[in-house]
Amino acid sequence: MNYLQSIGQNTLNALMSFGRAFLMLAGAILAIPQSKNIRLTVQQIYVVGVQSLLIIIVSGLFIGMVMALQGYTILVNYGAEGSLGPMVALSLLRELGPVVTALLFAGRAGSALTAEIGLMKATEQLSSLEMMAVDPLRRIIAPRFWAGVIAMPMLALIFSAIGILGGHLVGVDWLGVDAGSYWSIMQATVEWDKDVVNGIIKSFVFAIVVTWIAIFKGYDAIPTSEGISQATTQTVVYSSLAVLGLDFVLTALMFGIN
Amino acid sequence: MTTRKTELLVGTFVVLTLLAVLLLALKVANQGLSSSDQSYTLYAKFDNIGGLKPRSAVKVGGVTVGRVESIYLDQDDFTPVVVLSISEQYNNFPDTSSVAILTSGLLGEQYIGFQPGFAFDDPIVLADGDFISDTKSALVLEDLIGQFLFSRDSN
Repeated sequence: MNYLQSIGQNTLNALMSFGRAFLMLAGAILAIPQSKNIRLTVQQIYVVGVQSLLIIIVSGLFIGMVMALQGYTILVNYGAEGSLGPMVALSLLRELGPVVTALLFAGRAGSALTAEIGLMKATEQLSSLEMMAVDPLRRIIAPRFWAGVIAMPMLALIFSAIGILGGHLVGVDWLGVDAGSYWSIMQATVEWDKDVVNGIIKSFVFAIVVTWIAIFKGYDAIPTSEGISQATTQTVVYSSLAVLGLDFVLTALMFGIN
Repeated sequence: MTTRKTELLVGTFVVLTLLAVLLLALKVANQGLSSSDQSYTLYAKFDNIGGLKPRSAVKVGGVTVGRVESIYLDQDDFTPVVVLSISEQYNNFPDTSSVAILTSGLLGEQYIGFQPGFAFDDPIVLADGDFISDTKSALVLEDLIGQFLFSRDSN
């Protein structure tokens, strides 16, 4: 009996937190934009985007280099090392660019968002804003949400471009794959609207999900130091799981059934 | 104020993204801008170019001397014409040279194998805009199998 009750309790809690998450997102998105909010959004793009740039560039470079190295050692057995270019470009544009960027973004920027908003709640800054008749959804949540949604696809594009250049560095400059075939077969294989645009759509979806989870976990955190630490952990775990699960669904929709 | 610095860095971020998009659009997905090396142009007419693509390599004995500039179909006799862009430093090939479409490896890309002809006492050198008359087309697997089956039937 107790067991049944705990199942029911957990289900209701989960549904209620979904409801709160939707209400928060609706409140943040539907808030009428003011000129001041654009300045706040730019400020947040600096925090979540520009400050994540270093980790994105370094990981993109090394992932591209590693893929070129691994791909070369296998492809060279078949004399097909000319196909290195499309291999690196397609895996970066379709999968690794959006997914790895989203995972890094969740760890680098998502956890920071959760901790920041959670601490604001714990120190009752959000309540004080409300008492001053400033809507915290509009003032705090909306700029952070839009900043995340704008910044992450940009980071994913930079990640893919740097990764392809890293693949060029290892494949062409160090291992001696022909530069013309690296680029020409890549150009013949990669399609702008199918591969590049689908990658951008993917990373937009991931951006919405990761930023949403991050700000909701902070907004909904139990206002104690333990609650904030839990919320931060949950942000990283939940966003990573959501990204990986959604990635399979999106891949199946985009590239699977044709 | 720090706002100025922030806006400056966000602007840099946007420019960096635009550069990434430009790279993906021009170099990865579509045609790249052609390199401005000194080069001259030769033409070669094939019966069948197989899987040859623009920017494929032109090799003499394995050394890359140029690239395929473009490929188009001759409207008069409906045969493909390949435009070769050869580096200016290799400008003394005799006009008895021949070209063939070859494949590197079993699954590799196709390239143009350039076979320089014999140079007599006073050779005529291939110059900008010349047609190479002696060409050998790409091997198409289906044709080969067809010929093999046909020759087996007739025996």
